[in-house]
Amino acid sequence: MEISFAKLAMIFLSAAITQNILLSRFFGMCSFIAVSKSMKTATGLGFAVLFVTVSTAILNYLIYQHLLAPLELISLRPLIFIMVIAGFVQLVEMIIERFSPTLHINLGIYLPLITVNCAILGVNETMINDESLKNIVEVITFAFASGAGWFFAICIMAAIRKRLENSNIPKPLRGLGITMMITGLMALAFMGFAGTVEVGV
Amino acid sequence: MGNPYLNAMFVVAGLACLLTILLMIAERFLCNYGSCEIEINDKKKFSVTGGQSLLDSLYENEIFIPSACGGQGTCGYCKVRILEGAGAVLPTELPYLTDDEIATSTRLACQVKVKQNMKLRIREDFLNVQQYAGTVASARMISADTREIIIRLSAPAEMEFCAGQYVQIEVPNSNERISRAYSICNPPSRKNEIELLVKKIPEGLGSTYMHDLKVGASVSLTGAYGEFQLDPEAEIICIAGGCGMAPARSIVRQIAAENPQRKCWLFYGARSENDALYYKEFCELEKQTPGLTVVYSLNDVSGNPDRQGEAGFVHLAVDKHLRPTENAQVFLCGPPLMIEATQKVLLEKQIPQSKIFYDEF
Repeated sequence: MEISFAKLAMIFLSAAITQNILLSRFFGMCSFIAVSKSMKTATGLGFAVLFVTVSTAILNYLIYQHLLAPLELISLRPLIFIMVIAGFVQLVEMIIERFSPTLHINLGIYLPLITVNCAILGVNETMINDESLKNIVEVITFAFASGAGWFFAICIMAAIRKRLENSNIPKPLRGLGITMMITGLMALAFMGFAGTVEVGV
Repeated sequence: MGNPYLNAMFVVAGLACLLTILLMIAERFLCNYGSCEIEINDKKKFSVTGGQSLLDSLYENEIFIPSACGGQGTCGYCKVRILEGAGAVLPTELPYLTDDEIATSTRLACQVKVKQNMKLRIREDFLNVQQYAGTVASARMISADTREIIIRLSAPAEMEFCAGQYVQIEVPNSNERISRAYSICNPPSRKNEIELLVKKIPEGLGSTYMHDLKVGASVSLTGAYGEFQLDPEAEIICIAGGCGMAPARSIVRQIAAENPQRKCWLFYGARSENDALYYKEFCELEKQTPGLTVVYSLNDVSGNPDRQGEAGFVHLAVDKHLRPTENAQVFLCGPPLMIEATQKVLLEKQIPQSKIFYDEF
């Protein structure tokens, strides 16, 4: 297995910033908008998404490489992936509830939400489709960077919304309207990095 | 390699089984909290199987905490003080707890899971709540959508209750315990029967069950709940709309029977003559009871333009008839909008807020 740190760094930067899963592909948009109202909940959900993304990416990559690909069942990918994600989230919830009740209270209501968060399925799908990801270390880096990018974006949004509370926004735009517009502006800002890092090096 | 369809089936089924088994093993070891001890008011002690909600654990041990939503965390009735063993307040509880309640470690019993030994403080009147078995003695429609159901208690045969209190009917359901709260409609002098008014709500679990009950069917209920106590000195004013008639009728009939001279009002708001519950009964009662004044106010009088009496919303009738007084106790029950409008009128009549009791129906 050939590992190049330069390539890993490229993968990280492109997945976290220029190809940010949330801002370039609008994956995980509904929880992004619903949960970015306060910084505390945003970091809670961001952390949970990061953790589940990395863990399910590893599981699903192994299942894909050693079960689905040899049996030529790649069309079953989405079904299997969502099953693994749902099962894994259940398991994580039980473990956290047992061993860290405080963390469970903070994450508790977001964990089940993650099962249906398309950002995670999106990362799982992309890591298979993207032919530049050649081995499991690169896949883990990609998944971690994507999760971190999502985490990063929702935290920025929560911080902006906190400041918006005290600003004078035109009435028709309050709430969802201004949030959508800011998301668009954030996406533009992230796109500004495009070209600095080429995907698929 | 082999038949692709068979392979696909095996892979999906195999993975699903594997995940299920894994989760079952995890649940067996991770969600097993063993046996936990619950101590109530430093007196009563019992042990329960850990892992389930506190409300269910108490219920198994015949302590019936009120819960109108059946443990889904939407009514906020099942408040108990947990001195030890509850952990931090959950986000699902926050909307129902005031700052004072959080400071005195009050929690919602339906949301707290029993994971370790617990020490609780429960109001003494909740400890007196019992489970009753009864049969439907009679049932009739008294308006287009409201059914009056009389339940004769069999075991225990009598229930001690105060006018204005309510019972919880258990709705049979295979998966979980579901109960719905209904106010008692008869005066407390009749202890062996419970009369309830049930308005039909389309697709409502409780009301569908209650409307489908046949005469002779057996019913299980717990009661009596509710803190409301009649003030022995004050002028009593009952203002009701819709099924809010139930507690108002219980109170008015009790006063009429015990002390006919005592000043007492019944205001009732209904849409039309067909919805005016117990109209004849209260007209009769008003004639026999010197202290009682009954005012029925109808929104829609088009069916009978010659009708004597009030037309319009009930708070207008209250405004018109009631003299300003401070020594009054008001029992207000009906739709939220009616309560809001009537409260304003009552405050203008100088009735103190602390004397106004309300319940949204």
